[in-house]
Formats: sequence, structure tokens, C-alpha cells
Amino acid sequence: MTSSLTRPGLEQIRTWLEEVPDPEVPAVSVMDLGIVRDVQWAGDELVVAITPTYSGCPATSVIAFDIEAALRARGLDRLRVERRLSPPWTTDWISEDGRRKLEAYGIAPPAENAGGPSVFDRLLRKPLTIACPRCKSENTSRISEFGSTPCKAQYRCDACLEPFDYFKCI
Amino acid sequence: MSGQEALFEYLLRLGDNTLILGHRLSEWCGHSPALEEDLALSNVALDLIGQTQLWLNLAGEIEGKGRDADKLAYLRDGRDFRNVLLVEQPNGDFAATMARQFYFDAWHYLLLRELTGSKEARIAEIAAKGLKEVTYHLERSQEWVLRLGDGTEESHRRMQTAIDDLWMYTGEMFESDAVDEAMVRDGIGPDPSSLHEPWLGLMRSTAEEATLTLPQPGWAQRGGKRGIHSEHLGYILADLQFLQRAYPNATW
Repeated sequence: MTSSLTRPGLEQIRTWLEEVPDPEVPAVSVMDLGIVRDVQWAGDELVVAITPTYSGCPATSVIAFDIEAALRARGLDRLRVERRLSPPWTTDWISEDGRRKLEAYGIAPPAENAGGPSVFDRLLRKPLTIACPRCKSENTSRISEFGSTPCKAQYRCDACLEPFDYFKCI
Repeated sequence: MSGQEALFEYLLRLGDNTLILGHRLSEWCGHSPALEEDLALSNVALDLIGQTQLWLNLAGEIEGKGRDADKLAYLRDGRDFRNVLLVEQPNGDFAATMARQFYFDAWHYLLLRELTGSKEARIAEIAAKGLKEVTYHLERSQEWVLRLGDGTEESHRRMQTAIDDLWMYTGEMFESDAVDEAMVRDGIGPDPSSLHEPWLGLMRSTAEEATLTLPQPGWAQRGGKRGIHSEHLGYILADLQFLQRAYPNATW
């Protein structure tokens, strides 16, 4: 039982969550991706609110489990992981640190701000320029709108010929 | 029909559309013309199944009889499904799959965009989540209609055949009935006919760019929203529901 005198502070808990990797993109943490929306004490129970990246993302339940396991390992025994849908997740919530880690891992981070024009306008526009995470060339082409997970698309660098994942902007 | 009953019906329609189309797309898994397309079709299916869970769980909650998304998906018979006929049509060739997807995605996008302003907060939340995914689906399916329509002689022929064959299933999406009227009255959902003009606008401009001839609006095949389906739905359910029917309550 954690009493209010001995319970860890929210900043401390957030630091612990920085160490919980995303199960599908382990180079970044659940904090880097902006999946953790809130950490609060409700009495002597800790409530962690998480949001799915995509409605059908199979990693969401694994993430909830990993967060719970990591916090229990730190001695927190009264905690609840809550799923929150609104506001919907956006790649704008990926931290600067997270973007750097993605690129270093070989995944091009989202290119633009998500609050862009509506689709009917966007349908008339040319595709985005995505820089190769390896050689930084902008001479790249899209191979497929989807990659190994719903949150990514597949690209190829036409300069260094490296195929790579692009973290889509939503 | 009470407001709650109409809302339950409406949520079944939303969830059954995404469930049946998601299942159809998943049938491509391992059979697509290229690995990239295999991944893409499966990922679109995954988005739609994810949305299904949200819609049907909410439907079960509104109904209040202890049914969740799994029970609604696996333990209802064909007559109880409320999806439009378009989504249950067979995959056909790749052109038919992408034409069906484009017809659906454009309508789905316009509908979800309206639903983000729904007075029922839980519907607005799910719509806002789904809209981001569906925006991407629409961009992708439009691109394929353009590529195949304005491609080779063979790809053009196939895409023209696909948009002709599926056209009669599009009218149902814009027809209104007592359930839709109740949703308009309660500020929950839009009048389906209000989506027709913007949908047609996108169809026309896309067909023109793709060098395709868009069929004329005409007689529409209908019934799915009331549970009157084409013969294809039964086969889908035989596949989709087999495990729960053969081994009731099986879990892992």
C-alpha cells in the first residue's frame, strides 16, 4: 500500500515511463510518441491515460501491459491504465527527442504539421518530399502508402538506394 | 422506434460497414499482386476492424443487453446485419477492389466529417479518430483509380468495368429512412442525401482525370441497411463466424 507520504511524485513516474519502449518501434518510448496523455493520482491509486495511435493498432493493449509491468516493478501496486480516445492522437505529439530517435533508427519522422488542409484540397496536391534518414537526400520515392505497421509508409532513397520506413503524418 | 432503438440501429450500420469491408479486404492477405499492396490492404482492413470495435462496443452499450463488439460481430445472423450492399460485394480483381474502396472511402470520409459534430459525444470522438485514418484510405484509393484508369489499355478496361459494375450499389449510401430521420432530428447524424453532391463532385473530377466515364445516377440496388442482403453476405459470415459457431465462447 502506497501512502501519500511515500508515494513517488508524478515527475518521477514520467521519468520511469520514458524508459518504456514502444513495442513496435522500440527506439522510442511511449512518452516520446505522445501515447501517454495523462498521469494522475486518484487518491492512492495511480491513473495513467493512454491513447491509441490508430483505432486498430494491436500494440495498444501491449503498451498498457508494458506500462503496468514497468510501474509495478517500481513498487507501485495500485494503478490503472485507462484508454482515452479524445482528442485523437496526432504525430504532432511526437517529441523533438522522439523525432531524432526515429531518424537515428532509420525511420523518417513525420514531415509536416498534421493540422493541414482538408483531404479534398490535399487530393489535388503533389506528394510530400521525404528526406532519406540515412544520407539525407530528398531524392526519394514512395513504394507503398503503408509499411510494416499502420503508422508507417514505405519509401526508397533514389540516391543511396536504401529502403526505409516513413512515420506518416496524421 | 424509440430514440435509443434508432441509435442502436445507426451504430450497427456504422460498425457493420467497417466490419464487412474490413473482412473483405483481409481476404486479400497473401494474395495481392505485390507485397506492398498486400501490406496496404491488410493495414486498411486493420483500421476498419479497429473502428468496428469502437462502433459495435458502443452499440452494445446503448442496447444494454450485455452484448459487446465480439458478440455482435460473431453471433448475429445475416438478416441482423446492417451494412450497405456495396461493402459485401466480392473482391473481384484489384481494380474492382479499389473501385469499391474509392466509392466507399469518399462516402465514409464525408459521413465521418459530419459525425465529428454529432451531439452524441461518444460518436463525435470515434468519428474524429476514424476520420484521420479514412482520409488516408481515400487518398490511396483515389490514387489507384487514377493510376489504373489512366494507365494501360488493359488497366483502363478493368477499372472502367469495375466502376460500371459497382455503380448500382452506391445509391443506397445516400438514401434516408426512419433511422436516419431520427438521427437528424436528434442532432446525431447528417441527412445521407446531403452527402451526395460532394461525393458526386469528387467522383466526377476523379473520373475525368482518370479518363473514365462515370455512369449516370440511376436505379439503385438497396436493402442492406434493413438487413436484406445479397447472397455474398452469408458466405462472408460462414467464414467470419465459423470459430465462434463451432466452438462457442472460445477465447485465447
